[in-house]
Amino acid sequence: MSIDTDTARRVAHLARIKVEEEALAALAADFNAILKFVEQLNEVDVEGVEPTTAVMPMRLKRREDVVTDGGYPEKILANAPDAREGFFAVPKVVE
Amino acid sequence: MSDLNALTISEARDRMRAGEFTAAELTESCLQQIESAGALNAFVHNTPELAMDQAKAADRRLQEGDTSGMCGIPLGIKDLFCTLHVPSQAGSRILEGFKPEYESTVTQNLWNSGAVMLGKLNMDEFAMGSSNETSVYGNAVNPWRRGNDSAQLTPGGSSGGSASAVAADLCLAATGTDTGGSIRQPAAFTGIVGLKPTYGRCSRWGVVAFASSLDQAGPMTKSVRDAAIMLRAMAGHDPKDSTSMDLAVPDFESALTGDIKGRKIGIPQEYRMEGMPSEIEKLWQDGAEMLRDAGAEIVDISLPHTKYALPAYYVIAPAEASSNLARYDGVRYGHRAKLAAGDGITEMYEKTRAEGFGPEVQRRVMIGTYVLSAGFYDAYYRRAQRVRTLIRKDFEDVFNDGVDAILTPTTPSAAFGLGEMASADPIQMYLNDVFTVTVNLAGLPGVSVPVGVDTQGLPLGLQLIGRPWEEGDLLNSAYVLEKAAGFVSKPAKWW
Repeated sequence: MSIDTDTARRVAHLARIKVEEEALAALAADFNAILKFVEQLNEVDVEGVEPTTAVMPMRLKRREDVVTDGGYPEKILANAPDAREGFFAVPKVVE
Repeated sequence: MSDLNALTISEARDRMRAGEFTAAELTESCLQQIESAGALNAFVHNTPELAMDQAKAADRRLQEGDTSGMCGIPLGIKDLFCTLHVPSQAGSRILEGFKPEYESTVTQNLWNSGAVMLGKLNMDEFAMGSSNETSVYGNAVNPWRRGNDSAQLTPGGSSGGSASAVAADLCLAATGTDTGGSIRQPAAFTGIVGLKPTYGRCSRWGVVAFASSLDQAGPMTKSVRDAAIMLRAMAGHDPKDSTSMDLAVPDFESALTGDIKGRKIGIPQEYRMEGMPSEIEKLWQDGAEMLRDAGAEIVDISLPHTKYALPAYYVIAPAEASSNLARYDGVRYGHRAKLAAGDGITEMYEKTRAEGFGPEVQRRVMIGTYVLSAGFYDAYYRRAQRVRTLIRKDFEDVFNDGVDAILTPTTPSAAFGLGEMASADPIQMYLNDVFTVTVNLAGLPGVSVPVGVDTQGLPLGLQLIGRPWEEGDLLNSAYVLEKAAGFVSKPAKWW
């Protein structure tokens, strides 16, 4: 499986990272080197093997379904690049 | 009262309790060293005022008879830990200016035990790297040099600043985090002790996430005893991290009996890599001899899926990173790109992330995005997670056969020169983690102990891998190895 510049462009967009057109070829080459390396995994017989979902087996804890936190919008907004009137501000998303 | 900064935690603890000096004096000594060690680029955000306040509070506690092992101990904190109102950037431009409104559980535990924060330490961006060269702050520098050669060497990564600071005695110990070897590899490169605990021993809450199923915080110290003392203060169940184990934290230090008679230590044949330097091979054999001389039984073991650990890691870690790093979008915190007229929200995301992430982080996020994308999930991610099950089973089988710990080299080489890997492809850099990454995939505890120096005078480490939740027993084996190796070398001060 080989990644071309079209695929690299598509992946960059999916990841929401702007990649200049002239950088796509080198990026595709990097992807291919890494994917070639990980394709060794195809040698392994994984028939009937369950994927790992929890590293250390443990029962997920439960708690009462009640509000335990919150009520400090000024802290939530303290690091925002653009906060106005108690909200995060972003470019217009609806016409 | 000179050189207090060069003490170990246990020495400082005992002498402060005996009233020989105060936490304030100890902290001042470290602050002075940090001041004159700019050339190492280890500390990237200093907090001297906070340190002195904490030290004075610790002195009051000590006077009242505080018995916590960490009271008054000055530490460096890896930049990956969120610390209240102190810059926490994960070595990335995208978190420029970010000052958390909260404290990570691990650092809070340390402050509760009376420890002192000197400042934040350099690291690879988002902990992605093995040389500290992906940091927005520029690379940290290893205090060790090749004999009289003035070439600058890497302290390793990603916890490179932590390793450099501890090795150069800028602090008594430091926190690190380890996703594929990021505590153990830099510890080996700088001649210090680095412990990655069992997955779930330390809370991940408030630690900037890289790969959530692999990340674990741990201590980087000057001795095995110090690692035992510091781990106890860091560890514990945290309701805010559902993967932190609800298990009592034992007194790890009391496990350091120095007696390993009859313990079974496994030597995995698959770790004998082609092209491994003979010095590393010899160090490994010497280490096994030391443990045998102390009464342990050395047995050959097999971990058959070892060679697939690195490829599985380079699917799983980027996949998890691509999900975790989706939060850096220029909306809630950190950097936001300047937008051109007519730019919408998608352009804001794309420009912000292109400006904010460095090349290695971008590469891994995109690889992760690719392996999780429609049509490839089963072929890459699901397959890697199935291989991971087999890697974990390799270890389970060996432990079920009665093996107590596994001895391996920590790294395939000593510290390399900064910039030496610049032209290599990414895979070459990834090979640094070949001996450490299996431990993360299996969630096991692993510790690197300095055991010797190479012909150029650079430190080399050996790794011991233990059973889950048995860090005490693991550290006891490490303690025996440390004593037998008698590694006492220190880097000659040039900075």
